[in-house]
Amino acid sequence: MAKFIQSLANGLNLGSIYALTALGYTMVYGIIRMINFAHGDFIMVGGFTLFYMIPVMTKIGLPAWFSVFAAIIVCVFVGVATEQIAYKPVRGQGSTTALITALGMSLVLENGALVLFGSAPRNVPPMFDLPLLKFGEITIPPQTVLTLAIGIVAMILLTLFVRYTKLGKAMRAVPEDKIASTLVGINVNRIITITFAIGSGLAAVASMMYTTSYVSIKNELGITLGLKAFVAAVLGGIGSVPGAMAGGLLLGIIEIMVKVYMLPGTYEAVTYLILILVLLIRPSGLMGKAVSEKV
Amino acid sequence: MPGKMKRNYGICFAAVILGFLLLCLLFDTSLLGKKAVYFNGLIVIGMFYTIIVCSLNLLTGYMGEFSLGHAGFMSIGAYLSAIVTTLIKDNMELPSLVLFLIAILVGGIAAGIVGILVGIPALRLSGDYLCIVTVAVAEIVRVVLSNFGIPAITGSATFGKSFAGIAKVSDFHYVYFTMVICIFIMYCYIRSGYGRALISIREDRIAAAASGINVTKTKVLTFTISAFFAGVAGAIYAHYITTLVPTYFNFSKSAEFLAIVILGGSGSMMGSIVVAPILSALPQLISYVVPAFASYRMLIYAVILVAVMIFKPTGLFGGREFSLPNFLDRMLGKNKKEKG
Repeated sequence: MAKFIQSLANGLNLGSIYALTALGYTMVYGIIRMINFAHGDFIMVGGFTLFYMIPVMTKIGLPAWFSVFAAIIVCVFVGVATEQIAYKPVRGQGSTTALITALGMSLVLENGALVLFGSAPRNVPPMFDLPLLKFGEITIPPQTVLTLAIGIVAMILLTLFVRYTKLGKAMRAVPEDKIASTLVGINVNRIITITFAIGSGLAAVASMMYTTSYVSIKNELGITLGLKAFVAAVLGGIGSVPGAMAGGLLLGIIEIMVKVYMLPGTYEAVTYLILILVLLIRPSGLMGKAVSEKV
Repeated sequence: MPGKMKRNYGICFAAVILGFLLLCLLFDTSLLGKKAVYFNGLIVIGMFYTIIVCSLNLLTGYMGEFSLGHAGFMSIGAYLSAIVTTLIKDNMELPSLVLFLIAILVGGIAAGIVGILVGIPALRLSGDYLCIVTVAVAEIVRVVLSNFGIPAITGSATFGKSFAGIAKVSDFHYVYFTMVICIFIMYCYIRSGYGRALISIREDRIAAAASGINVTKTKVLTFTISAFFAGVAGAIYAHYITTLVPTYFNFSKSAEFLAIVILGGSGSMMGSIVVAPILSALPQLISYVVPAFASYRMLIYAVILVAVMIFKPTGLFGGREFSLPNFLDRMLGKNKKEKG
């Protein structure tokens, strides 16, 4: 039983990282119907920013976790730059062009990091000094509580934002009908840029959660994390904010459970198998809306 | 005009033979001296890249769907052919040509079968989702290969996560003709009724279905053929490099293949044939001279890829085909008469 609860806690920890990453995917997909392959690499960028900023922060006497603000700034910058330089020119040229461009940007970031930082993994210094939570035999790492809390807060804020603010309404209007939203005075390009900024900011937060839990970062971190977060987004129903959260947590728990109770090496295969099954059986995911094809 | 066709085939055949003789001149004589072995390797790599890139172009250019999992099909072909040839090699003596033919057939068929198994359910999807499913399939294959070592069946090869001691039978003479035959088959497929049905599906799936084309069948068939040739390329790779590591066939490899297809021009076989050997061999050549180049290679590809998407989304050849006979005609100024 203790082992089970321990695994559950670990699963939630991993799951909330996936969830926060999946939120970024879902935001972008929800608005421009494009898989932003580079999203995972934004997290890698955030991780490297943290790696370089934490020593600076401690040197000037600020708490180490302040460096997450630096990471947010860098990630938002990279995200918006990616959108402006690469995605904006190809918008309207069809989904295949967008897909290839996104893949290309992912490769640019990944290999740019390889050139800049090398391929050796780096260890990010700890940002928080929290005590271990002990309940009898079960030790819950403090970052589990932290990541879960941040994830849930982010999800609630995002849901409220999308549902009740004017900007959020505009965000929902753009994917419904681009021309009509332009007619009612929505600046579509600006909305898309803001969406990218929010998504990349979330990626920076996700990178903080990732580095507190897993410490080691390298330039290839974005690919696997990105792919798995995408699985989570699809599992929850792509385009749905609560769906991304639920999908992420579920995927994290499943991975850890497979790792602990079944063959440890195969958990990745299980993740991708889930993706295939979801896409074949219920492509709209757990919480997504089914969209019928227009003829 | 059958007469003209015969002539065109003749010209292409002559060009193929000429190319072969040129390679023989370079590598079978001592023209290049000690470096011949190195360049020989580059040529073989260029040729297996050409096969796999053309096979991917079949999907991307003519079916209009993306596969980011071709490295997965390639790894299936590589591993299965290597297992079979290792078993054969230990039990009997066969000439290397026979062993090579067995390898490419086994590799192709194994990958083709997986292609059917994946294609039948997955091709109901399209676009982004199909692309992601191919990624998932390739990742599953990779995870399985890196976790379940192949049991030691024989004495001569070390089995397990990495697979060493595969017979080195991918001689460039064989590989060259394999490549030519593979490209010829794919070319014929595109020109056949199936190929035209395929292009009509790419242009408008619903209209194609309405005019009586079996969309699913055509798509699955194409996917299978594409997987088959990916498997052939895998078999060639395995029997050239002789040591297989599952991590070689990762997502980046699939992305690299797709990048080459797009750069050459999706929907242009000639684009793939020209660009694939250049992009596979050129970086190696440059890093031979400047070792630091190796880490910049993929960055440069990626930047070019994004730039091509922004400025010329159709790629280098832009869906056009290059025809040697027509080119010769134009050079000799004969084309004007024909057109009139």
